[in-house]
Amino acid sequence: MTEKPITMEPVTKKTTISSLINRERGFLIFIAIMILFPFVMNWITGTGLNEGITKFWQGQFITFFIMAVFAMSYDLLIGYGGILSFGHAASFGGGAYAFALLMKHWAPNFMSQYRILIGSLDITQTIVLIFVFLIVLLVSILIGLLFAATSIRLKGTYFAMLTLAIGQALFILIKATDFHEWTGADEGLHGVPLPVWLNPTQNRLTVYFITLVFLFGSYLLMKRMTNSPTGHVVVANRENEDRMRMIGYNPVSFRTVAFVISSVFAGVAGALYSIWNMSATPNMLSAVTTVDALIMTILGGMGTLIGPIIGAGISQVIQQFFYTWFGARWPLVFGLLFMLIVIFLPYGIVGTWRLKRLDIKEGWHRFVGLFKIQKDQS
Amino acid sequence: MENEIILESRNLSKGFGGLVAVDDVSIQIKKRTMHAIIGPNGAGKTTLFNLLSGVMPPTSGQVFYKNQDITHITPQKRAHLGIGRSYQITNIFSNLTALENIRLAAQAMGKDSFKILRLASSFQAYIDKAQEIIDLVGLTGRQMVLARNLPHGEKRKLELGIMLACDPELLLFDEPTAGMSSEQVPELIEIIDKVVHLKERTAILVEHRMDMVMSISDTVTVMNQGKILAEGSPHEITNNPQVQTAYLGDLYGELA
Ligand SMILES: Nc1ncnc2c1ncn2[C@@H]1O[C@H](COP(=O)(O)OP(=O)(O)OP(=O)(O)O)[C@@H](O)[C@H]1O
Ligand SMILES: [Mg+2]
Repeated sequence: MTEKPITMEPVTKKTTISSLINRERGFLIFIAIMILFPFVMNWITGTGLNEGITKFWQGQFITFFIMAVFAMSYDLLIGYGGILSFGHAASFGGGAYAFALLMKHWAPNFMSQYRILIGSLDITQTIVLIFVFLIVLLVSILIGLLFAATSIRLKGTYFAMLTLAIGQALFILIKATDFHEWTGADEGLHGVPLPVWLNPTQNRLTVYFITLVFLFGSYLLMKRMTNSPTGHVVVANRENEDRMRMIGYNPVSFRTVAFVISSVFAGVAGALYSIWNMSATPNMLSAVTTVDALIMTILGGMGTLIGPIIGAGISQVIQQFFYTWFGARWPLVFGLLFMLIVIFLPYGIVGTWRLKRLDIKEGWHRFVGLFKIQKDQS
Repeated sequence: MENEIILESRNLSKGFGGLVAVDDVSIQIKKRTMHAIIGPNGAGKTTLFNLLSGVMPPTSGQVFYKNQDITHITPQKRAHLGIGRSYQITNIFSNLTALENIRLAAQAMGKDSFKILRLASSFQAYIDKAQEIIDLVGLTGRQMVLARNLPHGEKRKLELGIMLACDPELLLFDEPTAGMSSEQVPELIEIIDKVVHLKERTAILVEHRMDMVMSISDTVTVMNQGKILAEGSPHEITNNPQVQTAYLGDLYGELA
């Protein structure tokens, strides 16, 4: 197969709400199903919205929503920008630690000393959360800039190796016993204090909807960005850096934009992940986490946004079932399955579908046609 | 001004290890002229273009554009100063459509490339510009084809289109007809002639097809082994005995 999936949407007219609904039909249906899911589950099983099997599956989906955004953010780099970074987990873990550290070490102190009131309304907690998220953004931007800086001079494999090295250096730093008091070293930070309404044990449904909105918003925002003038130049950078310079673009600027945007989505995803687990652990920064995102992206289809979402969903389901079926050896089985998928669907599920859509449809019609003929004969 | 110099190289040299690909080349390009550079394979023409367009730094010497020293200026800045370059070996955005290839170049010259929350499709001016170039280079009807799926001749047209979309004042053509069959050549020459002469631009043309060079250029520089061998009008060059023995005779023989 020599074809490669086309990541660029054909140039279309301005977005209107109706054209958006039309183009994103699949994604919107998925979101609608996800909105209804807890209630349907509640109705079918009869267990309360915040207990039992309903609550368990909400948890599964929360992880999925967060990982989907993380995978999409990675795809902005590798799929759209053609930038192979092995340090992307640094943004995810960085966001998580920024959130957990502040919530654990700074917020309680602050809240015991100050009260912010509007009239009689106490908004201290809200302000603290907003402030912490601003710091999460800041930290993610800085991490994005750090990786962008390394890409100025290095290319290809050398660049990939250096990103791996930086990622692992941060991983080791966060595990260092010297900062045990702050970071919890190997164990990480646990029991991150959260307001009751945001506590995933007490109010899982809230966290479910927050992360769902996060996925929804991130998808639309990333879609918009990839279709923007900037997004198009980032793709041009992937295609041909030499020519890009010759027509007047500075590749470094556009790579920097790609790194920062991608890092911000990953960082916020990390912060939400630390809300969901009420913890931040070193393995969130490890290369394994990057490879997870890589696998999700490859599974679903690089250079598409819906691909990484599907990839994240599949890998979530697989982890769940393979563990029960194969026990601790499940990664081995998953590895084999992954190899098969890469061999038979080299452009991932979405990429291969887009390429082969017409073939697949035709095959389906032929298949259906077979039945029709048989019916007529009998 | 009749004889204003737009581009000048002073003692420009480039070595690759032991090989001196461009050897002490001083050349002046007059405004609103078509200046051809000819020479046998390996003479250093493409390397000279790489130095003029900023793809590589020279080993020594300087490049001036409109009296400004641009020796150490990046290719992207040179593009904004008005220097355009097309490649001998087709150098396009393979997985993008022909239109998008050219639209990107048009967008590069505008100020909208960092508008990350706007849709590229809402900047109609770049699309119109790209469509205009598509028609100019003779790719009408092919704009939605992926660049890599275009046949060679159309890739060469796209190669030119990308450069033209930047509206350069000085155009560096590196063997625009490379790999094209003889029937396809006249159309391309006509396009080049049109974009250079009608718009009063300046062009440096590297080309192997002698008949084409002699008919459309004002000045011809002959390079051999990195050095300038001779320079003059097409008439002078054709009648230069030194050039004839060193180079032209062979090529005319080849073409005949
Ligand atoms: N990047 C490079 N590294 C090493 N040697 C190079 C490089 N580029 C060119 N050369 C060498 O420099 C010499 C001049 O090459 P150049 O491509 O400039 O010639 P040219 O005149 O364009 O030839 P042609 O007509 O074949 O295109 C050749 O001997 C070539 O092998
Ligand atoms: Mg050459």
